[in-house]
Amino acid sequence: MLVMTAGAQYLTVSDDLRIMLSKDNPQLIAFDVLEATYSASNTVLIAIAPRKGSVFSRETLGAIEELTEASWQAPYSSRVDSLTNYNHSRALGDELIVEPLVENARSLSDADLARVEEIALNATELAGRLVSHDGRVSGLAINFVMPEVRDQAVFEVTDYLNAVLNEARASHSDIAYYLTGNVVLNRTLADAVEYDMGVLVPIVFFVIVIGATLLLRSVLGTLAIVFVILFALNTTLGFAGWLGLVLSPTITVMPVVVMVIAIATSVHVITIALANMRRDPDRNAAIAGSLRTNAWPVFLTSVTTAIGFLSLNASDSPPYRELGNLVAFGVLCVLFYSMTLLPAMLSILPLRTRRVRSKGSPLFERFGDFVVARSTFLLWFVALLVVALVTGIPRNEVSDNWTKLFDERYEFRRATDFVIQNLTGVNSLEFSLQAGREGGITDPEYLRHVDSFAEWLRRQPEVTHVQAFPGIMKRLNKNMHGDDPAFYRLPDDPDLAAQYLLLYELSVPFGSDLNDRIDIAKSATRMTVTVTGVSARGLREFDKRAQDWLRANTPDLATEASGMTMIFAYLTQRNIESMLRGTITGMALISFVLIGVFKSLRMGLISLVPNFVPAAMAFGLWGYVVGRVGLAGSIVTVVAFGIIVDDTIYFLSEYLKARREGYAAPEAVRETFRTVGPALCTTTAVLSTGFLVFAFSGYEGSQVLGLMVTITIVFALLADFLLLPPLLMAIDRRKL
Amino acid sequence: MRMIHARPVLVLLFVPCLVLLSWLNVPSFVYSATPEEIGLKIATEARARDDGFGNFTAREVMVLRNKQGQESRRQLRVKVLEVAGDGDKSLTVFDEPRDVKGTALLTHAHKKEADDQWLYLPALKRVKRISSSNKSGSFMGSEFSYEDLSPPEVEKFTYRYLRDEPCGDLTCTVTERFPVDKKSSGYSRQVVWQDKDELRTWKVEYYDRKDEHLKTLTIGKYKQYLDKYWRAGEMNMVNHLTGKSTDLTWTDYQFLTKLKARDFSKTGLKRAR
Repeated sequence: MLVMTAGAQYLTVSDDLRIMLSKDNPQLIAFDVLEATYSASNTVLIAIAPRKGSVFSRETLGAIEELTEASWQAPYSSRVDSLTNYNHSRALGDELIVEPLVENARSLSDADLARVEEIALNATELAGRLVSHDGRVSGLAINFVMPEVRDQAVFEVTDYLNAVLNEARASHSDIAYYLTGNVVLNRTLADAVEYDMGVLVPIVFFVIVIGATLLLRSVLGTLAIVFVILFALNTTLGFAGWLGLVLSPTITVMPVVVMVIAIATSVHVITIALANMRRDPDRNAAIAGSLRTNAWPVFLTSVTTAIGFLSLNASDSPPYRELGNLVAFGVLCVLFYSMTLLPAMLSILPLRTRRVRSKGSPLFERFGDFVVARSTFLLWFVALLVVALVTGIPRNEVSDNWTKLFDERYEFRRATDFVIQNLTGVNSLEFSLQAGREGGITDPEYLRHVDSFAEWLRRQPEVTHVQAFPGIMKRLNKNMHGDDPAFYRLPDDPDLAAQYLLLYELSVPFGSDLNDRIDIAKSATRMTVTVTGVSARGLREFDKRAQDWLRANTPDLATEASGMTMIFAYLTQRNIESMLRGTITGMALISFVLIGVFKSLRMGLISLVPNFVPAAMAFGLWGYVVGRVGLAGSIVTVVAFGIIVDDTIYFLSEYLKARREGYAAPEAVRETFRTVGPALCTTTAVLSTGFLVFAFSGYEGSQVLGLMVTITIVFALLADFLLLPPLLMAIDRRKL
Repeated sequence: MRMIHARPVLVLLFVPCLVLLSWLNVPSFVYSATPEEIGLKIATEARARDDGFGNFTAREVMVLRNKQGQESRRQLRVKVLEVAGDGDKSLTVFDEPRDVKGTALLTHAHKKEADDQWLYLPALKRVKRISSSNKSGSFMGSEFSYEDLSPPEVEKFTYRYLRDEPCGDLTCTVTERFPVDKKSSGYSRQVVWQDKDELRTWKVEYYDRKDEHLKTLTIGKYKQYLDKYWRAGEMNMVNHLTGKSTDLTWTDYQFLTKLKARDFSKTGLKRAR
C-alpha cells in the first residue's frame, strides 16, 4: 500500500477544459488548425456598465481607457480590443488617419463625446460586441496566448484581472464590472472542483461513515471500514500517480464511488462476522466463517462493478476513461483489503458483540407479505409507472452549455448572464473562409460572397454580432473617397483592395493588426459569429443552416463552423453515443456473468430488468422535471449500474437459495425480504444520502451526477422490492 | 570603522586593474562609466561607423511561416539615402505579392520627432500620407514591424550596458535599449547583442509592454561593402507568443548608386518602380 501510495506524488491535476476532448475529436482538430492559422482564442470579456446613463461619458470612457491599459499588462495577453482603442480610420485630404477612437477621455468635450458615440454605435465592428446597441454597456475583449500547460496561467490571469477590477470598482463606484470568457470559465471550474473535493467529498465521507455506524451499531467496526476506505483510496491514487495520469475535475466522483463500494462490501463482511461472534466464542473462527460466506458474493459484486466502470472506456472523453479505469482498480483494491486488512483488523480490535433483536424485522415480513399478496397489481402498477416515466426520456435535450455549468452562486455565472442580457452573446462560431488562392481575399467576388454570408448571418435571430473581413474593406473604400458614405461598399478592383489593405496594415499599431483575422498567405479570412440564447442542438442546427446556405449560395466558401462553442455543441452527443455503446456492452457482459453465476439463463435475463429499468426511470423523470442532460448525464447509468447490480445480486442469490431449499416462488420472496430486505434498504439509504450531498455542488457536472445517481439508486430499490418479486412470481413458476 | 581603512586598499587594487584593462584590445568605453553611458556610447559608436555610406539599394525576400507550417512570400526592393544631421530617407518598392506590385513606401526618418511616411498606390495613382506615428504594427503580415526594420536612431532610445559574452566566435556586448516615446513603440525594451570588433548586431530580443519576451531576431551572413559598411544577408524573426516566424533574406546590395534626394520626395515616390 505504501509503495503504491508513494505514486501519488506524481499526480497532476488539470482544469483545462481541453482535456475533456479526445485527440481525434474532429471539432478539436478543426479548431487547432484555426488557432494555428490565425491565433489562439483564449478569451476574457469584461463588461463595463455605468449604473446610470450611457457609456459615452468622460468618466466611463476614462475607466475603459484605464482598463485597456491594465489589460495589456495582464500576463499572456496578446491582444486587447475595447471601445477606446478601436482603430477608427478617417480621411483628411490625402491622408489616411488611423487612430484610437478615444484618447485622453477625461479631456473630451461634449461634442467629442457625441462624435465618439455616433461612430461607435454605427461601427459594425463595435456595436453588438464591444458596445451594446443602446450604448449602456461596453465590452473589453482580451485574447491570451497560453503556455502548453495552462492551469497555472489561468490562475495568474484571473487573479491579475480580479485585482485590476477590484481596484477599478473602488475608484469608479458608479460603474459595474463583469468578468467572463473561457479563461474565467476554466478558473471557475478549478474553484468548483476544489469546493467539491475539499468540502463535499469529506461531507460524503462523514455521512456514510455515520450511516455505517448506525447500520453496524459498532464504532470499532466502522473504524475498520474507515481503514479499508483509506487504504483503497490511497492505493488507487498512488496507482494513478505511477501511471502518470493527469487528473481532471471528473475524478471527483472516484473517491465517492470507491468509498461507497468499500462501505457496501465491508458492511456485509462485518455484519456476518459480528453475527458469527455472537454464536462462536472463537473470534478468528467467526471471522473466517464470515469470509467463507462472503468471499463469493463480494468477489462477484466487485467483478461486476469493475466491469461496469471499465465500460466507461467507450467514452470519447479521456477523463471518463480514466475515471472508469481508476474506479475499477479501486473496486479491486476494496475487494483485496476487505478480504485481508479488514479481517485482520476485526481480529485485533476489541469488538463487542451485542445482543441484537431476532433476525429479520417484522416490518419487512409484513412488507414481503404485502408484495406477495398484491403481486399482480404491483406488476401492472409498477410496469405502468415505468412506462410513464420512460416516455419522459425523449424530453431530455442533450446539451452542454458552458454558460450554465455553474449556478448563480458563482460570480462567473452572474457575470455571464449579465453579458448575455445586456451586451452580446458569449457563444461564437468561427468560420475560416477560403479564397482558394494566395492573395485571393481581396478578390471582389470573394469579398462579395463573404459579405453576403455575413449579411445573411446578421439577419438570423440568434446572431448578435458578426465580425467579418469585408467590413474593413468597405470602411477603407469610404476613407479613400474622402469619407463619402456613398463609397461604403466593396472596392471593385482587386489590386486596389490589396493596396488599401497594405496601407491600413501599415497604419495600425502593435496588437491591432489583422493577423488574427487573415492567414499569412492572404488566402483566407476568419469570420466570428456571436450567437445568443441557443442550445447545443440549436447550435448544431444553426451550423447546418449556415452550411446549407453556403453550399447553395457560395459553394466555394462552404465550410463547417469551428471553435470551443462548436466543440461543446457536439461533445455531449458524441459522448452519449459512445457511452450508450459502452453501457450496453457492460450490461451484456454483466448479464453473462450473472447467467453463469445463477446457472440460469432465465434468471440472468430477469436480472436485466431491475438493473436496467431504474436508469431508464431516472432519465425519464429527469426529462419531465429538468429536460437537459449534459456530459455528466452520459455516465450516470454506468456509475449507478455498478451499485445497483450489487442489490440485484444479493436479492436474487438469496431468492435462489430459498428456492433451492424447496420454497415456492411466493415463499422464497417472503424469505428474501426477511433476510436481505433490511440490509438493502439501509445500504441504499446510506449510498443515496452520500450521492445526494453532491446535489449541493454549484457545478452542474457534480450536481447532476449526484442527483441522478441518487434517483437511480432509489428507483433500483423500488424495482428490487416492487417489480422484481412479482416478476419472479409471474415467470418463475417451475418446481425445483 | 573598518570600512574607512579598507577603502584605500580597494582603490589601490582597482587602479592597476583599470590600467591593465586599458592595455587589452577593448573599446575604451567598456569600463569608462555607468552602464547607461556605456550603452549610449556603444549605440553612438555603432551608428558612427555607418556614417558616410551615402546611399544603397538592396532586394529583400520575406518568407512568412505560421504555426500550421503554411508559408507565404513577399518581395521588395529598398533604396536608402543618408541624410546628414537627420534620419535616413528610404523608399521601399513592393514587387510581390502581385496585387501590390508597384506600391511604394517612402519614409523620412527623424532623429527625435516621429517619422513621416507616404504610400503610393498604383491602382489609385495617388500618394497617401500615413498619419500614424506608430511603426509598431505588423509589416505586411510578417513578424517584423516597420520599427524592427528601420535602423535605430540613437536618440530614440535610452541605453543600459549589461555584460560581455561570447557569441559564436566573437565576443559581444549585451545592451538593453528602452524607447523614449513609449506610446509609439510596441516594446518596453530590447536586448541587443553586438560584437565588439565591428559593432554589428547579431541578435535582438524584444520584450512587450508587460516585459514578456515576445520575439527574437537573429541576424547573420554579414558582408562588408566599400571596405567599411557591414550589411546583413539574413534575418530571422521568431514570435514566441504565436509560434509564427519570418525569414528575411537580403541580396543585391549596391552602394554608390545614382540616387538623389529628389528620388525620395513625394513626386519621386510616384516615379519609383
